[in-house]
Amino acid sequence: MNVIGARNLNLTFQTKDGPVQALKDVSLDIGKGEFVSFIGPSGCGKTTFLRCMADLEHPTGGEISVNGVSPEEARKARAYGYVFQAAGLYPWRTIGGNIRLPLEIMGYSKAEQQERVARVLELVELSAFEKKYPWQLSGGMQQRASIARALAFDADILLMDEPFGALDEIVRDHLNEQLLQLWRRTEKTIAFVTHSIPEAVYLSTKIVVMSPRPGRITDVIESPLPTERPLDIRDSPEFLEVAHRVREGLRAGHLDD
Amino acid sequence: MRSVLPVLTVVAGIFVIWYLAAIWLNAAWAYDKASRTGEELGFVMLVADTWSQDKPKLPAPHQVGAEIWDTTVEKKISSKRSLIYHSWITLSATLLGFALGTGLGIALAVGIVYNRTMDMSVMPWVIASQTIPILAIAPMIIVVLNAVGISGLLPKAMISMYLSFFPVVVGMVKGLRSPDAMQLDQMRTWNASPSQMFWRLRLPSSMPYLFTSLKIGMAASLVGAIVGELPTGAVAGLGARLLAGSYYGQTIQIWSALIMAAVLAAALVALIGLMQRITLKRMGMA
Repeated sequence: MNVIGARNLNLTFQTKDGPVQALKDVSLDIGKGEFVSFIGPSGCGKTTFLRCMADLEHPTGGEISVNGVSPEEARKARAYGYVFQAAGLYPWRTIGGNIRLPLEIMGYSKAEQQERVARVLELVELSAFEKKYPWQLSGGMQQRASIARALAFDADILLMDEPFGALDEIVRDHLNEQLLQLWRRTEKTIAFVTHSIPEAVYLSTKIVVMSPRPGRITDVIESPLPTERPLDIRDSPEFLEVAHRVREGLRAGHLDD
Repeated sequence: MRSVLPVLTVVAGIFVIWYLAAIWLNAAWAYDKASRTGEELGFVMLVADTWSQDKPKLPAPHQVGAEIWDTTVEKKISSKRSLIYHSWITLSATLLGFALGTGLGIALAVGIVYNRTMDMSVMPWVIASQTIPILAIAPMIIVVLNAVGISGLLPKAMISMYLSFFPVVVGMVKGLRSPDAMQLDQMRTWNASPSQMFWRLRLPSSMPYLFTSLKIGMAASLVGAIVGELPTGAVAGLGARLLAGSYYGQTIQIWSALIMAAVLAAALVALIGLMQRITLKRMGMA
């Protein structure tokens, strides 16, 4: 069964300058355990599509299911963790307290909360920072803490909206490597929005290329790369070939302008 | 420590202007007195007289200082002439009114943020309430409450509340709405209930706004309590001291009550500032 299934999804925003079609006839299936990247220029609807999966936007046409139910039911069942572009940690809570926040909301017992916080902090290599406040951490560490927060409860889907967009290249490489390890260990299904071609190719088992006006899918590329991916795989011919095809897809989207 | 010199300079400047103004304003009375006794008034004599009159138009700082010393340190606190006693009467009404005003302000702000009807309707009334001169409405409040058998501390506290709830409403509405769209979306992804959203996100986010409002509210509360003492013929409180002083031309008494009120206000606002620093530091926000 597909974890995410979208059929002819349409979403039109009503704005002052008239209707804007953010998504047009978007159909896509995401299988269990896949790592799917969405790439495209601004306004191509990649974030909107992700927000539809999360029940933060409501499609005006078509169908979408998450774990076989509607996005709203999936949200209420806490089926996914969502990582935003900014870490969005509460300044008045410690790192541990921030990760505990969704667990408190979901009513986990104190002991269970503590156990889970310790486990996910270990997972993102921040165990020493549980008692620190967010401002005491670098931007990359804060984003790792926000990923830990999304992993703390039992959601097997991880929705990530340009989580590393605001970080520098070196930190980004390191986090990409960590995220891949994390994905292999936890076997989550990940939907990942990005601007960066190397990032999309390095991380994904499937790359979805989108283009704007109206937002639509122009290409879906199944990655031939092995699951084991050291950073220097990015210099291999296979990698460059996939990156080339993504670039072609992006360019094709622009030719219609 | 760098701020000591500028502050002292300003204080010294104020004292110089104050002493000069005392000579200027009190000179007429000094000349008048001298002409009646047929004395010739030299400059030194004039200055000495203007700074030591019993009922000067403007008492000199040292006269006010001596009066404050006399009515605080020298008098027993239980004495009707003790400024400490009068300050306490005003302070108790201020604090009660401040507590009531803060409570009302927060309650209204929560209503405005959570209830669409209140959002559309309450704010104009809140603003209108502050355009009515407090001096005009204070006697009404006292009279009406007296008619239903409420007198003493509470009517004064109500006037304090009337002035102090306003900054709290305005600040808290802004504070409770300060979480951004992303933080609200995040709560939604966790399927948080409205009450969880309030206690865990909106309320903590509003703390910096709350403390700023409380500082303004506290100063307004003190003004309210003093104004509340004026029209009622109250026998005790800083307002009563001001009123009695003006009846009998006791300018020194008026000025000492005014200085006391200013010191009280400064101390109360500083106290809230301290609470703000401690709270925000513990919350990791300062």
